[in-house]
Amino acid sequence: MQNNEPMTAFSLAELMVCAAAEAFRNDGEVLATGIGLLPRLAASLAMSTFNQDMMMTDSEAWLLSKPNPVSGRKADDAQAFETWMGFSRIFDNVWSGRRHAMVGPSQVDRFGQANISALGGTYQQPKVQMLGVRGFPGNSICHANSFFVPSHNKRVFVEGECDVVASVGYNAARLPRGYQLSDIDIRVAITNLCIMDWRGEGFSPRVISLHPGVTLEEVFDNTGFDLSVAENLATTAAPTAKQLDIIAALDPLNARAKQLPDNPPGIRTA
Amino acid sequence: MDKLVDAKTAVAAIKDGMTIGIGGWGPRRKPMALIRELLRSPVKDLTVVAYGGADVGMLCAAGKVKKLIFAFVSLDFIPLEPWFRVARQQGQIEVSEIDEGMMLLGLRAAAWGVPFIPTALGIGTDVVTYNPDIAMIDSPYDDKQWLAMPALKLDVSLLHVTRADRRGVCQIASPDHYMDDWFARAAKHTIVSCDELVETEFFHSEAVARQVFWERSATHAVVHIPGGAHPSSSAPLHGFDVGHYKAYASSAKAQDFNAYCEQFGVLKDEATYQAAVGGLDAIQQLPLPIY
Repeated sequence: MQNNEPMTAFSLAELMVCAAAEAFRNDGEVLATGIGLLPRLAASLAMSTFNQDMMMTDSEAWLLSKPNPVSGRKADDAQAFETWMGFSRIFDNVWSGRRHAMVGPSQVDRFGQANISALGGTYQQPKVQMLGVRGFPGNSICHANSFFVPSHNKRVFVEGECDVVASVGYNAARLPRGYQLSDIDIRVAITNLCIMDWRGEGFSPRVISLHPGVTLEEVFDNTGFDLSVAENLATTAAPTAKQLDIIAALDPLNARAKQLPDNPPGIRTA
Repeated sequence: MDKLVDAKTAVAAIKDGMTIGIGGWGPRRKPMALIRELLRSPVKDLTVVAYGGADVGMLCAAGKVKKLIFAFVSLDFIPLEPWFRVARQQGQIEVSEIDEGMMLLGLRAAAWGVPFIPTALGIGTDVVTYNPDIAMIDSPYDDKQWLAMPALKLDVSLLHVTRADRRGVCQIASPDHYMDDWFARAAKHTIVSCDELVETEFFHSEAVARQVFWERSATHAVVHIPGGAHPSSSAPLHGFDVGHYKAYASSAKAQDFNAYCEQFGVLKDEATYQAAVGGLDAIQQLPLPIY
């Protein structure tokens, strides 16, 4: 099918959305939550194509049978209500484990621990107060989580541990009695350079795919911790024409073009 | 039983050093008129439990907060709550930072009269590190340790609802009632502000009665304040006030909360405040957010 041929003209945002959608491919009937426009678009793409069993909300209080567009909606537009899904019910779902969240932390460390709480200073008086730990602690011990990192650098992928460890990672020293590293389910990190996972030796981080034109050296130079390289290191797949059509329908105002600085192309021109 | 009182009388139930819970979520359906009444009172040294927005930011800016129990403080479209940041970055308040779900469990424990609820939420994170009072316990049924989320017992809760009657029957017609039912149940004394005061007969409909999330016995005072959630939203009646939040945020940049209060008559009375923000008609025309 010509429709499924990889394209040659697409943006880095679109490449990342398609790569991020892959994270939900084999999830089956779980609630997918993409925090931020591109992760939400990725989950919506997955639900519209290869995982139609997935569940998504309207980002307010309802579960939908069909994802809403991420841009261009008007107040009185219809949506495909399936059931009420207010915040208290979200927690019922979180605690059951049937969820996969894709989040955008400010810091991620080698253990896969993440931070959205605060940076620098002391805990009593941080240099930069951010959101607070939000639902990160509970999400990370209850269900699958992936990271979406629009700017892959050493300020995000930090050398030591995160300034505040908001989500649990593959760090045995922090786990209480009775818990194992295999209880934790960190899937992938989609960055502007590559795709990573924590399936190296002893749940250590590794590169599993490089975006077109990106070198391993560039990834290493922009990561504060050591990364191994997957045996079958891939080049991140280009979006297909069909995927780009669905993305355009889900984002009619092209809000995706404003998510990465200068909206770079998906294939680098040196 | 007639629970209708004015805001000043209602808020007088809050004394120095009390623990108060605040309903709503971020910039959504916050009992802001009751918060403004609290800003006008001499009360201090509060412990505040909230899914926080400008309610928390304003109480911090006014020096009312001794300790904050929180998972986040955010205005959504302004992700980082400006006055909460000032308070934290200047080390002004004690904090107990917990997971959003842990807060729900703590409210439920208080509502149910149990000292704690065992959970895995929070384990392996700095929630445990920075909350040394939250214990890890052994289970009688398995070999794992569990986090014992303590009951978050509240002296007073402040909530904003769509409609209420004088007896304290409350309707929340918004898409989400958030954790307001648990805030009501976790408190010894619950104060509710409502956009519309209705007769009891208003609830004599299945559809409306389904939007009543706690019994009137858990409501102790009813205050009628149309537009009382402003600048937060009160869906389906109105959205949140983006322009007002921006003005509020810029007062934090200038580190001058008094300037904000003076500009909008915050410390005078609610009528002055509503006039300063354009009047009730303007509040009721604020568009609902589209997510």
